[in-house]
Amino acid sequence: MILPSAVVIPNYGGSAYRCERHNPLFCFDWVSRNWDAVLWPALREHIVLTVVAVALGFAISTALALAAYRLRWLERPVVAVTLVFYTIPAIALFELLVGVSWLGLSTLTAEVALVSYTLLILFRNILTGLREVPEDVRDAARGMGMNARQLLWRVELPLALPAIVAGLRIATVTVISLATIAPLISVESLGTPIFAAISDNLFKTELIAAGGLAVLLAVAADGAFVLIQRRLAPWTRVRTR
Amino acid sequence: MPPTRTALGLELRDVTKRYPGARTAAITGLSLEVGAGEVCVLVGPSGSGKTTAMRLINRLIPLSGGDILLGGASVLDRSAVDLRREIGYVIQQVGLFPHLSVAENIATVPRLLGWSRDRIAARTQELLELIGMDAEEIGPRYPAALSGGQRQRVGVARALAADPPLLLMDEPFGAIDPITRARLQDEFLALQARVRKTVVFVTHDIDEAIKMGDRVAVMRAGGTLAQYATPDELLRAPADDFVAQFVGSDRALKRLALATLADIELADASGLNGDHARLPDTTTLRDALAALLTGDGRPLLVVDSSQRVLGKFTIEALSERLRSEHAQL
Repeated sequence: MILPSAVVIPNYGGSAYRCERHNPLFCFDWVSRNWDAVLWPALREHIVLTVVAVALGFAISTALALAAYRLRWLERPVVAVTLVFYTIPAIALFELLVGVSWLGLSTLTAEVALVSYTLLILFRNILTGLREVPEDVRDAARGMGMNARQLLWRVELPLALPAIVAGLRIATVTVISLATIAPLISVESLGTPIFAAISDNLFKTELIAAGGLAVLLAVAADGAFVLIQRRLAPWTRVRTR
Repeated sequence: MPPTRTALGLELRDVTKRYPGARTAAITGLSLEVGAGEVCVLVGPSGSGKTTAMRLINRLIPLSGGDILLGGASVLDRSAVDLRREIGYVIQQVGLFPHLSVAENIATVPRLLGWSRDRIAARTQELLELIGMDAEEIGPRYPAALSGGQRQRVGVARALAADPPLLLMDEPFGAIDPITRARLQDEFLALQARVRKTVVFVTHDIDEAIKMGDRVAVMRAGGTLAQYATPDELLRAPADDFVAQFVGSDRALKRLALATLADIELADASGLNGDHARLPDTTTLRDALAALLTGDGRPLLVVDSSQRVLGKFTIEALSERLRSEHAQL
């Protein structure tokens, strides 16, 4: 049988649907049919990439910030290095890291790149949060007999919390957005269906569904941090007299 | 208040502080003794080392020379952290922890000392009552929801929490408006009359020093002691020109604020009719003199707390007192 040349039917599991044929702006039908096989796995991988990157970035940045808080001279070199990471165009950094022989096309490469984008934001915010603890509060804490560890855990870190959470919010949204280019190095994420849609004659439904999920994920993560901050730092909502 | 821990005497012995790289010492050969339960005020112009001297006591600043003894034992013989938990500390900006409630702020040192939850709760309630605050209402609030005066009261309560034998206060009322400051000063004196702590109080305000101190240490630039005396002695007989200038040319007037109408001989008031102004016998001589001048010098009736007339106060009564004191010198 010879089909009219105007009708191009991509092969989606062997069956052709109206949605794929006409490529309208959006059809829910496609989303529900492809949720389990395409969208959910992509979303799941995206979340894993993000959580791991933010967690690692947070751990590294906290260690660096605590060190720079004690040793002021550390701030400049740390900022210089992380600023370089931050300003390298994301696509270039991903490809550059693939060139590092022992990293290659792997999730590890993606994580290294993503973590490197969180460092500057997190380091700056944590350090600023610690430094903005009022001197009189620190003086009172010391004068009442807190040792350095108690001062850090009972006073400095709790008071730096709003700045730290603010940093986590920016870092997380940044990572969620950047993780969409992970498929460039063969790592799955919400970028996978996005790239697929682009190469598939700009298949709109898939593009919008995957892009929309990335946006929703970013909004949800941001909202979660706001709730966490309210829970952990209720004092920030008291009106000052 | 339950039986309080005995206040301990404090002694500074030839204390010296020299900051590395500084050409002159911040404190030079400072020696003074503060009796247990006394309020010692360190007063002086900026640069006289009064705050430095205070911070040497709880070792927030390390000593360069000499020794400081609390209850006869050197503060250098124990860990700085343990020492500080036993010394109450109040500062000008209060330094309440913004992330902790008023009750949790007050509980800071008891928690560091590992008191039980029940003991801390009881102590917190007791202290809030002591500073005239409703424990139920104020206790759970965050410091940001308090007025400046309330914050300062909480700061004092926090410093008293573990019943320390010594209290250090660095310009505690310096950032408060004059009316609230006067009230906080009176409240603190009333509180001190009950708890009888040994107190080292730093201020740059000579009037506050005279009001608060059992003894006043006037310090001068370079951290030397210019005079250490009771407020009355300081005003009556300044040791040198520096002290005289520091206490002010109105020192005679200031001295009048140290005595009340109850302290002087009053003339018989019979013959005065009822429309003379009345003053309670708790009025200071300074305020009485002001009232006398306001009333164009007409004699004032002095009454006791039940409005009974004790006598009349005139300018002659005042000059008689000054004359007799002069004769004593």
